[in-house]
Amino acid sequence: MNWFKKFNFSLLSGAAIFIAALLSLPILVVLVNVVIGDGQVWQHLYQTVLVEYVHNSLLLMVGVGIGVLCIGVPTAWLTSMCNFPGRQFLAWALLLPMAFPAYIIAYTYTGILDFAGPVQTFIREMTGWRYGDYWFFEIRSLGGAMTMLILVLYPYVYLMSRAAFLEQSANTLEVARTLGYSNPQAFRKLALPLARPAIVTGLTLALMETLADYGTVQYFSVNTFTTGILRTFYGFGDVAAASQLAGVLLLFVTVLIVLERYSRHRIRYHNSGIKKASSRRIPLGRWQGVCALLFCLLPILLGFLIPALVLAYWAMFKAEFIADRFLQLAWNSFYLAALAALILVSLALVLSYAGRLYKHKAVHASVGLSGLGYALPGTIIAIGTLVPLAWLDHQIIDLVKHYTGQKIGLLLSGTLFALLFAYTVRFMAVSLGAVQNGLGKIKPSMDMSARTLGMNSWKVLTRIHLPLLKGSILTAILIVFVDVLKELPATLVLRPFNFNTLAVRAFELASDERLVDAAPASLMIVLVSLVPVILLSRSISSDVASSK
Amino acid sequence: MTQESSSNMASDLTLSNVTVGYDGQQIVASTSFHLAAGEIGCLLGPSGCGKSTLLRAIAGFEPLMSGQIEVAGKVISTAQTNLPPERRQIGMVFQDIALFPHLTVGENIAFGLTSWTKPKAQARVDELLALVGLAGFQSRYPHSLSGGQQQRVALARAMAPKPKLLLMDEPFSGLDAKLREELVPDIRSILLHEEMSAILVTHDQMEAFAMADQVSVMSDGEIHQTGTCYEIYHKPATRFVASFIGHGDFLPATVCGPNCVHSDLGRIQGNLNHGFADQAVVDLLVRPDDILHDDDSEFVGTIVSKWFRGSHFLYRVSLASGKVVYCFASSHHNHSIGQSIGLTIHLDHLVMFSR
Repeated sequence: MNWFKKFNFSLLSGAAIFIAALLSLPILVVLVNVVIGDGQVWQHLYQTVLVEYVHNSLLLMVGVGIGVLCIGVPTAWLTSMCNFPGRQFLAWALLLPMAFPAYIIAYTYTGILDFAGPVQTFIREMTGWRYGDYWFFEIRSLGGAMTMLILVLYPYVYLMSRAAFLEQSANTLEVARTLGYSNPQAFRKLALPLARPAIVTGLTLALMETLADYGTVQYFSVNTFTTGILRTFYGFGDVAAASQLAGVLLLFVTVLIVLERYSRHRIRYHNSGIKKASSRRIPLGRWQGVCALLFCLLPILLGFLIPALVLAYWAMFKAEFIADRFLQLAWNSFYLAALAALILVSLALVLSYAGRLYKHKAVHASVGLSGLGYALPGTIIAIGTLVPLAWLDHQIIDLVKHYTGQKIGLLLSGTLFALLFAYTVRFMAVSLGAVQNGLGKIKPSMDMSARTLGMNSWKVLTRIHLPLLKGSILTAILIVFVDVLKELPATLVLRPFNFNTLAVRAFELASDERLVDAAPASLMIVLVSLVPVILLSRSISSDVASSK
Repeated sequence: MTQESSSNMASDLTLSNVTVGYDGQQIVASTSFHLAAGEIGCLLGPSGCGKSTLLRAIAGFEPLMSGQIEVAGKVISTAQTNLPPERRQIGMVFQDIALFPHLTVGENIAFGLTSWTKPKAQARVDELLALVGLAGFQSRYPHSLSGGQQQRVALARAMAPKPKLLLMDEPFSGLDAKLREELVPDIRSILLHEEMSAILVTHDQMEAFAMADQVSVMSDGEIHQTGTCYEIYHKPATRFVASFIGHGDFLPATVCGPNCVHSDLGRIQGNLNHGFADQAVVDLLVRPDDILHDDDSEFVGTIVSKWFRGSHFLYRVSLASGKVVYCFASSHHNHSIGQSIGLTIHLDHLVMFSR
């Protein structure tokens, strides 16, 4: 009984450990397959595709990395530390491209820029050239995929570095001025090194998304790990080989996670100054101001305004629109996303409260482990989900057959259950983060003072915690809802037969060269995705107001 | 960048009719004062009086609306021209300390020494570390230091390039009272040792008295008086200075001669001509140490409240007219609240303000 007490075992902590075990199942399955896979598969992969995958994935990461830094850091610096017309508008508008899933912006630009698109048609009409007479940027290429990913992923770097610039003790730069440094020198010697950990965090987030991307590279026929994994899995039905590839991808991801953790640690250590936003922004001259405005406007234009307008135009005037079918798609997407959001938030509440109430190492580790799936590309999670569920299904079928003699169908793997399970693995970190953030603001002293005022723990929960947590829970639901709505690769692999969502249908139509017909579904996704982005923007503009 | 050659000469500072503000709103209005080379000046006033803004204008962070600022005879700020902060050779210590968290103590102090040769810079860093009592802390990082140690590093960093003038914006406000008491005299002796002109901004008069040779009392964007600590306490120029510095009450009085007034506590003879007309009704400034407990006095008051201060009692006493004043008494004279005690007034120079 002693160990039992020591463990402080309860329903809640037991539930937390159980949830963590379930959620880490997919990654375990992939890892086990990597280990037990035989050398021949490995040899074969190495000789055929591996080099190309590594080459393309690395190149993509380098290109996207440089791109998001070149856009994200200067725009963050300009909008947070300098003063020029339009700054406040730009500060939040620079987040808008986040509403675009990379695969949607990819085929929108394909529609605009390919041979039959309006741009090339216009050039031909103006010049009289024909096919082959001129060179034009081929968007369906590695470079094209880079560009698309940069356009929608730079906001990660922008957000993180902007926060870092604003959090730097406002006096830091003024100290440098009194010690003889000019503004540009102070930026190079102080602001940039101080913000470096935050910039690296933003960069690693963008690179994780790059590694996880499936829609863009698949659509542009660029062979990377994610496309390779699914091809191996689907095309050859080779679980071992697909798992081996996933294992290599996992290695890349692990490096990024370590890098991210390390730089986060440094952020904490770098922010020792007291925040005080007394300093005024650096005023820019007229021409400098105009240049800054144009520089910040460009990513918004390319990453949001142009593709959004084109999509809206296609959706309204060009697309073949069948209301019944569209409503069915929207309904499928929405109830799937809503269901996933409810499940995720409930589980996140269980995990967060377990972590708050039981300071036991096992509980603590469980909470950490549950969030791990966010770093995993959807393709890995899909395989890690499908393999054990299919195995379980066959066991159940055999069992039922053995005892009743009846033949039943797939219970888990071919149903929404698999899909919801994969979403839970993939997005637990998002939901957990939002809930824990809210819970962290409720100080233990609040609980204690409520208890001393005569409330029992149930009353503390309903009268103190619930009202205070409401906002965080809604945020969690909203973010998960949108993430699920946008998710492509896991949905593609795990959806039940003949079950389509907006994202899947848009991708299928685009893959069939029916770009215009994909527009209504895409537009719907972008519009819904705008909601959390606008919420985020609002918190940014309140930063702006408070730091004036 | 700072030049080595211009070192070691303390400089004087002159502000002439300086007005600072933004968006058309004045924050500091037409201020003038002079600080002699090597002296420590203080801008003292309640929060929001514009003292920090004035300091930032001297550093070059706020443009002037009018007037001019001169350091060592050279004009550095006017309404038209504003020498950028990095070219003023004016050091500054900030309220939030603002050490660079990614640099060591030594690197922080050497930050402004970019134009110095390496050995010279190192010698200067060593010298300053010893001066601020942190020898051996060179390679520590700021986050491992206590608040008082961080403040010393910030001071050393600002003094390192031997600026012409050192500005300190509420440098002690983040520290606890005990630490402050230790640090203030230390820093004063460090500044004297370095022969550096300095200006301290504070809202704490005890800090100002402990630190400054010359105090400028500010309120609502104006300097009310500039003088020594003794002068602003004993010869306040305005009613605001009189009430802001130290404890004090205004006792209604009537002028009864060129150096004499009549009050609730009788006729008071000053030693200087006060310049008010006969029979004029005035307010007379009385400090707690001006009113003494005296059992033989014909004037009495009723004790309203009292504080034991160790060496003495501070009583709050209600006079016959209903006016309430402070009064010091020896700590042997323990009276209870509600008791009547005799009072005499001891005043040599009369500080009076017309009604």
